[in-house]
Amino acid sequence: MGTWSRFNIASIVLGFGFLYLPIVLLVIFSFNESKLVTVWAGFSTKWYAQLLHNQALLDAAWVTIRVALISATCATVLGTLAALALVRYTRFRGRMLFSGMVYAPLVMPEVITGLSLLLLFVAIGLDRGFWTITLAHITFTMCFVAVVVQSRLLSFDRSIEEAALDLGATPVRTFFAITLPVIAPAVFSGWVLAFTLSLDDLVISSFTTGPGATTLPMKIYSQVRLGVTPEINAICTILIGVVAIGVVVASIVTKQREAQRERDERAAFAQS
Amino acid sequence: MKSLGSIRRSFAPWADPASKPFISVKNVTKRFGDFTAVDDLSLDIYTREFFALLGASGCGKSTLLRMLAGFEQPTSGEIILDGQSLAGIPPYRRPVNMMFQSYALFPHMTVENNIAFGLKQDGMPKADIAARVAQMLKLVKLEKFSQRKPHQLSGGQRQRVALARSLAKRPKVLLLDEPLGALDKKLREETQFELMDLQQELGLTFVVVTHDQEEAMTMADRIAVMSHGKVIQVATPAEIYEAPNSRFVADFIGDVNIFEGAVSGAEGGYVRLEGANGFPIRMASPERPAAGARSAVAVRPEKIRVSRQPPANAPVNAVQGEIWDIGYLGDMTVFHVRLKDGRVIKASSLNAVRAVEDPLGYDQEVWVSFGEDAGVVLKD
Repeated sequence: MGTWSRFNIASIVLGFGFLYLPIVLLVIFSFNESKLVTVWAGFSTKWYAQLLHNQALLDAAWVTIRVALISATCATVLGTLAALALVRYTRFRGRMLFSGMVYAPLVMPEVITGLSLLLLFVAIGLDRGFWTITLAHITFTMCFVAVVVQSRLLSFDRSIEEAALDLGATPVRTFFAITLPVIAPAVFSGWVLAFTLSLDDLVISSFTTGPGATTLPMKIYSQVRLGVTPEINAICTILIGVVAIGVVVASIVTKQREAQRERDERAAFAQS
Repeated sequence: MKSLGSIRRSFAPWADPASKPFISVKNVTKRFGDFTAVDDLSLDIYTREFFALLGASGCGKSTLLRMLAGFEQPTSGEIILDGQSLAGIPPYRRPVNMMFQSYALFPHMTVENNIAFGLKQDGMPKADIAARVAQMLKLVKLEKFSQRKPHQLSGGQRQRVALARSLAKRPKVLLLDEPLGALDKKLREETQFELMDLQQELGLTFVVVTHDQEEAMTMADRIAVMSHGKVIQVATPAEIYEAPNSRFVADFIGDVNIFEGAVSGAEGGYVRLEGANGFPIRMASPERPAAGARSAVAVRPEKIRVSRQPPANAPVNAVQGEIWDIGYLGDMTVFHVRLKDGRVIKASSLNAVRAVEDPLGYDQEVWVSFGEDAGVVLKD
């Protein structure tokens, strides 16, 4: 405990430097006065102001958010259903095959997923654009939701569902009144995961996009090929900020809940 | 309460051929793949009866209970409740409720909403639900806890919430799966009597599953002892204990000494056994087994006397040995007496006085003996 040897300090500095130096640089240069990205010329927020006037970038951001919202929601519904089927019906024919097929996209190279989806859309004559991107995102994020929800369901006490049935609730009512509220936190984390995955996907979006549907990662990528502008740094800084706030808030809420729960349980024991 | 006591004492509908059973389990078999959990089982349970299914884990008692609740369907056979077959009726349309071993409280609902859940499913008016919930909370003495969530309660409180929830709908039959299994010993004993009073007060039929024989003996009007999916004996606790119908039941309920031998004669309501124990046994028995047949006599430890002097009727029902182990339990003392052939006989005696002048000690030569009506002649 507490031995701040040089070796330990060096390891920490190296490790965190490796992880965060690029991001810190990006954030710093987003406040650069100069138009030249690598030359520091004083503090300024003008690139953030300029961002608001870049209609193309704002359009891309709006497309990205809509795709992420719709695909995350659909993927959550489908992924939760798949998880339920996999956990509950352990004896149906072809279960192994089915579960393998749900998880395959987790390890499938994105290029292959993207290409196969493109082939499918071309084959059935679907006009590529906003909806094909959304469909593609549902496809690849669904399995992540299924994994998250399935791990929750494995520790789910099924007797509470039986208790609900026993008390006169039909299976459908039991699902909505008992099962869903209890697994809601896992379903919600599945949704958040699907949302963020959709938000920063570049490869699959590039394959399945069409005219008029450009997501933010695609926009940033294409602009960077023409040279990095401080504007790009600014929008990336905003993205980092949003994600960081989300993570911090989520962990604080979880911590507080756990602490509250522990207090309650101790109180219950003390007076029993 | 006095009147309830007298009702209870005279309560024996199973002995009356005119009374109709409330629940009839008829030749029910339940198989899971190759495993037969319940094997051609038939059973009658009467209105207002406190009925216990007793057996070791895996004997099929819980499966039978789950078939009554509707969570499992019999592979063959039929269950009839109040004159109506339960075949194909899902759990949410059966007039029975169950209290689960794990309590199965809804973790996201308050105590109040847990209890109200079943009533809401029936579409009961709000005011009636509130009144019924208040009544149930009072019944289990949890009025102050109505707004708590299950994780804010102690184990005993959770047990009472589970009980209140399963009673709220006034089911015709309450099924209880190891209702006291998760409580500590002291609380369990208190709750046993609470459950009995409650059942009397509400006039309900209780079917309880337990592996704890003391619990079954204390609470139940009748006990069904189960093994490997079959019912071995159905009888009152006293009959089960004093007149077990088989070696399995004698061995399963309480402690017992089994003396084997060959029947050498039967006269005037008594059976004589000679054999492996090195002393003759004479035991009262309604049965008259044929001479020469292998038989066994079961004698409970508390009916065996340990003495320094040979008893009057020695050597019949009496044998010598030395004290091998002494277990002092406070209210009584258990002796393990080792015979010459190495067999150990268990005897227990009540500690009626605080200090005995010359107590029996280890390695002492003693006589163990029992009366001619102390044991049961077993059929198998």
